[in-house]
Amino acid sequence: MPTVDLSKSSLRELNQALHDIKPGSNETSWEVVNPKGSHSVAVGVDQPVSVDVRGSVGYYCAGMNNGGTITVHGSAGPGVAENMMSGTVVVKGDASQYAGATGRGGLLVIEGNASSRCGISMKGINIVVHGNIGHMSAFMAQSGSLVVLGDAGDALGDSIYEAKLFVRGKVKSLGADCVKKKMHPKHIERLQKLLDAAGVKDVKPEEFTRYGSARTLYNFNIDNADAY
Amino acid sequence: MTYKNPPTTPRKSATFDDYTLSEIRRAAATGIYDIRGSGAKRKLPHFDDLLFLGASISRYPLEGYRERCDTSVVLGTRFAKKPLELKIPITIAGMSFGSLSGPAKEALGRGANAAGTSTTTGDGGMTEEERGHSKTLVYQYLPSRYGMNPRDLRRADAIEVVVGQGAKPGGGGMLLGQKISDRVANMRNLPKGIDQRSACRHPDWTGPDDLEIKILEIREITDWEKPIFIKVGGARPYYDTALAVKAGADVVVLDGMQGGTAATQEVFIEHVGQPTLACIRPAVQALQDLGMHRKVQLIVSGGIRNGADVAKALALGADAVSIGTAALVALGDNDPRWEAEYNELGTTAGAYDDWHEGRDPAGITTQDPELMKRLDPVAAGRRLANYLKVMTLETQTIARACGKNDVHNLEPEDLCALTVEAAAMAQVPLAGTSWIPGKGGF
Repeated sequence: MPTVDLSKSSLRELNQALHDIKPGSNETSWEVVNPKGSHSVAVGVDQPVSVDVRGSVGYYCAGMNNGGTITVHGSAGPGVAENMMSGTVVVKGDASQYAGATGRGGLLVIEGNASSRCGISMKGINIVVHGNIGHMSAFMAQSGSLVVLGDAGDALGDSIYEAKLFVRGKVKSLGADCVKKKMHPKHIERLQKLLDAAGVKDVKPEEFTRYGSARTLYNFNIDNADAY
Repeated sequence: MTYKNPPTTPRKSATFDDYTLSEIRRAAATGIYDIRGSGAKRKLPHFDDLLFLGASISRYPLEGYRERCDTSVVLGTRFAKKPLELKIPITIAGMSFGSLSGPAKEALGRGANAAGTSTTTGDGGMTEEERGHSKTLVYQYLPSRYGMNPRDLRRADAIEVVVGQGAKPGGGGMLLGQKISDRVANMRNLPKGIDQRSACRHPDWTGPDDLEIKILEIREITDWEKPIFIKVGGARPYYDTALAVKAGADVVVLDGMQGGTAATQEVFIEHVGQPTLACIRPAVQALQDLGMHRKVQLIVSGGIRNGADVAKALALGADAVSIGTAALVALGDNDPRWEAEYNELGTTAGAYDDWHEGRDPAGITTQDPELMKRLDPVAAGRRLANYLKVMTLETQTIARACGKNDVHNLEPEDLCALTVEAAAMAQVPLAGTSWIPGKGGF
């Protein structure tokens, strides 16, 4: 297993080594030690390799991940897994703002809490947060699912499009055009798959409430001006 | 015989002119503010308010058609492993697929290639038409992140982080549902037919300190190969330029209020931001104060129309200019040949600006398959190449007349201003005097 010690190697050396991995390479398991809050750790990974980061990271860890399995054994700063295309990112601790922002695919699991704007402008990513999420989460969320085992802060799902939100705890307030929706069997099934994928046990999909778009703001109408 | 008092000629208000009255009536009838494309249409201090002095006893000119006058420019020399090498200092500004048709994007690429310059994507992502037909393509990194993906990031030649644009500094955008075809919807991960808002702020950074870290991420993903541009609207050009340099930009793109947009509110276009002319000197001053002039390149856009405008922007300290509206006109936008159809839309050739509605008779700002067919991308690309060639020759003509063997050797001392306002903004003397407002002289 290649190990990169960020107290000895530079960030550039780490990311270049990850980018240089060729399809079919045997070096599929990587370890990063001493990240000490470094920004942009393991960004732009483009191969199905696993990267275990032993410690906490700064901004944009696993940014634009495309197929990698990246685990942060600590907490993550803002924008973890931003614009992820595919693969899996797991944060064992807490995550700061904009977790999973604009993500297009893959699975982001945050085993602690996530701060504000979790899943902002998400475009297909699935996000499972074991704890709570902060305000303005899923703002302008386009597609994908955001699953929250704890509570959600103010203005959840403001100006949401077609993303699906599942919250087990309380929601402090809903944003513009975001409404509570009925859980149909297909949603139960979808949620169960996400919980299984995220390694969540002893929690049933029926314990969640679904939220999504009322679709009243999809086309500009002056009569809706008060909603903005 | 009775004597009649001579009548007073009816007098219209300069304040409540015909346009203003029509807009009050329109607003009263509809309850909706006016949304349109293009940039500021009001009269503003502009490059026309400046003149070149030309050669004289103290400066001798270069021979036209004989003595070399270089026009090439290299963008991204600060950090990028692969800077852009362009033959001319005129680039094509960012315009989105979605706002423009696929053939229109192809035509821009063809024209730019022939002239030896770059084109730029826009909100909505990179299309095969523009990547395939643009030798040098700048990929915009926008708040919406529509279509953003690492593959396109890596196959771009440069990356432009868009913070703002001149027509609407501080504003986002909206592509109305009628322009959302299956293809546009798919690229933007949204259902067909619904309005698509483009956010005004980036989703994962706020402020210059975050921006520096964001740029680090983009550089790491692209292995430090690509020049990183930062585009700002003409709001606070001194501080925006200084902060862009601090955040790590290779190139600053500065777009004044005459710069076009696909669509935004008329009140935004005409009342927010500064004229292009007013933005250049503060931006150059910021670069000079930081010791980064000519190390971080400055591209100026917003109302560039001819070689004189190019030469004036360069003389004030820019490294290159960018054109959007003028490039669309070269392709065929607002051509009088479609006058009957413009009339049906309630407008006239030269004034058509409802680019967001998708009914462009010229087939450029549309996703309508029938209208799109009207634009031949090969012929339109040739027109753009011709236009770029003329602008370049005009720029060289002026540079030679001022005795310069490189268009980048033009300098503020080659200029004078026709108005006090232009003299103050461009910080060059009022014609016939040595007076620069705010700088002393007489």
